Amino acid sequence: MLVSRAGVLTAMGVGPFALFALLFLLLPTSNLLIGAFQDGDGTPTWANIAGLLTPSVIAAFRVSIIVSAVSAVLGAAAGLAVALALRGDAIPQVIRQAVLTVSGVASNFAGVPLAFAFLATLGRTGLVTVILKSWFGVDLYASGFNLLSIVGLVFTYLYFQMPLMVLVIMPAVEGVKRDWAEAAAMLGASPAQFMLRIVAPVLAPSVIGAALLLFANAFGAVATAYALTGSSVNLVTILLFAQIRGDVLHDPNLGYALALGMVVVTGLCNVAYLRLRAFSDRRLR
Amino acid sequence: MKGGTLWRRIVLGVMGLYLFVPLLGVAEFSLRMRRGVYSFDAFAAVFADGRFRETFLYSSALAVVTVVIGMVLIVPAAYAVRLYAPRLRAMVEFVTLLPLVVPAIVIVFGYMRLFGSQSWLPLTDTEIGSDALLAFGYVILALPYLYRSVDAGLTSMDVRNLTEAAESLGARPWTIMLRVVLPNIRTALLSGAFLTAAIVLGEFTFASLLNRPGFGPYMQLLGANRAYEPAALSLVAFALTWGLMVLIGAFSGRRTGA
Repeated sequence: MLVSRAGVLTAMGVGPFALFALLFLLLPTSNLLIGAFQDGDGTPTWANIAGLLTPSVIAAFRVSIIVSAVSAVLGAAAGLAVALALRGDAIPQVIRQAVLTVSGVASNFAGVPLAFAFLATLGRTGLVTVILKSWFGVDLYASGFNLLSIVGLVFTYLYFQMPLMVLVIMPAVEGVKRDWAEAAAMLGASPAQFMLRIVAPVLAPSVIGAALLLFANAFGAVATAYALTGSSVNLVTILLFAQIRGDVLHDPNLGYALALGMVVVTGLCNVAYLRLRAFSDRRLR
Repeated sequence: MKGGTLWRRIVLGVMGLYLFVPLLGVAEFSLRMRRGVYSFDAFAAVFADGRFRETFLYSSALAVVTVVIGMVLIVPAAYAVRLYAPRLRAMVEFVTLLPLVVPAIVIVFGYMRLFGSQSWLPLTDTEIGSDALLAFGYVILALPYLYRSVDAGLTSMDVRNLTEAAESLGARPWTIMLRVVLPNIRTALLSGAFLTAAIVLGEFTFASLLNRPGFGPYMQLLGANRAYEPAALSLVAFALTWGLMVLIGAFSGRRTGA
């Protein structure tokens, strides 16, 4: 009697959620991914997957992976530096709290408005561009810099990548206990040795895992890149966006293959992230 | 150990500068609309634009609908999993994390195939159907954050004991949900709601591809056609994000302080 009552309550609680997730997450995605292996009439085919191997699609994946990887590595390094700087009590509590709040805001300040902010700052008539030119005689754009490029995109993505890293890595950095530093010092370790031999190996899995999360975060981003560069930087997401909007590839099923390719890339990243996190959680416990 | 404060200051200073300068840049740019002098003309133009108000209201309404649907689905599920079906926990958590794996553009592409004009349930054919689909999509986008904040809320209350106490006093499951569970997790619900609002308000990909008049597509369109108004809009969006994050901080701070 009791078992069946629990069963009924479980069904009542989880049922609607499961149905919703099935209808609006699992089915649309799997249906799309199956579409990658069908032609227009629904007959099974490998043609779409083969279609991914055209130069323009390969180039798009290449640019997307470069932008995501570079912004993930730089964002992870900078975010880790900030988290380490906040470690312990060398920094006043007020500043520490302020940095964490700012990180929360900046990691959510992505998309269209972020693109506007960078255009107004580093665009051709942006504040920093103008100041560098008129005060210091440095002409950014004459020296080859362009905001609407891979470099510009990476620099813009860092605005949400670095703060996200601070938020994700902070718990792991906090896990480095003060007694460890004292124990190491007592055994004669220099601060550099402590960092290199204790902190680095302990944090490595969390840092790599967080970098993977950052990679997936950048890889799926659409709005920032679209508002910043239009279609002048050839990212997978921009290509897929154009395909959905106007059938740029002249073949919707090739679009499904593109989507499949994206899910494979972000999926691998997330699996690796979860593995590493489980590993480091076990060790830090 | 105190010798290490200089590098800490440099690191934090560089981060602060990098995060602050684009805001300064966009603020300065937004004041340039009138030739030769600084003015708030760009802000006036934005606020006077009827489409600004329409799209902003549309996205705000969607944010509210998203939060309500999300909570109605997630709270009972998280509660039931915790109390009656711990074996389902890993699977439910996996599903809630999937939106971080599948990019938004792929999900909305899937919607267009599964709910398009030639499908079994052509939601995209009608306005109201598209609105509903957009709200459902936003629930999916917010799922990882909503589920985690609800689950954290349930962790901080003693679900099992409170449920048993309520049951021994004769409360029905419905009463327990409304009068015991919800009041206990309301701060968690609020921070989840604000985070969802921050995600939904300026969202571009879903709204644009489903052809809905959201705030995100409006900003993008303005950016493609105007020079100074987008800068003003960017500052408004930043202030909005800031406000929502401060609210989250205020509520979660109160919870840990108690």
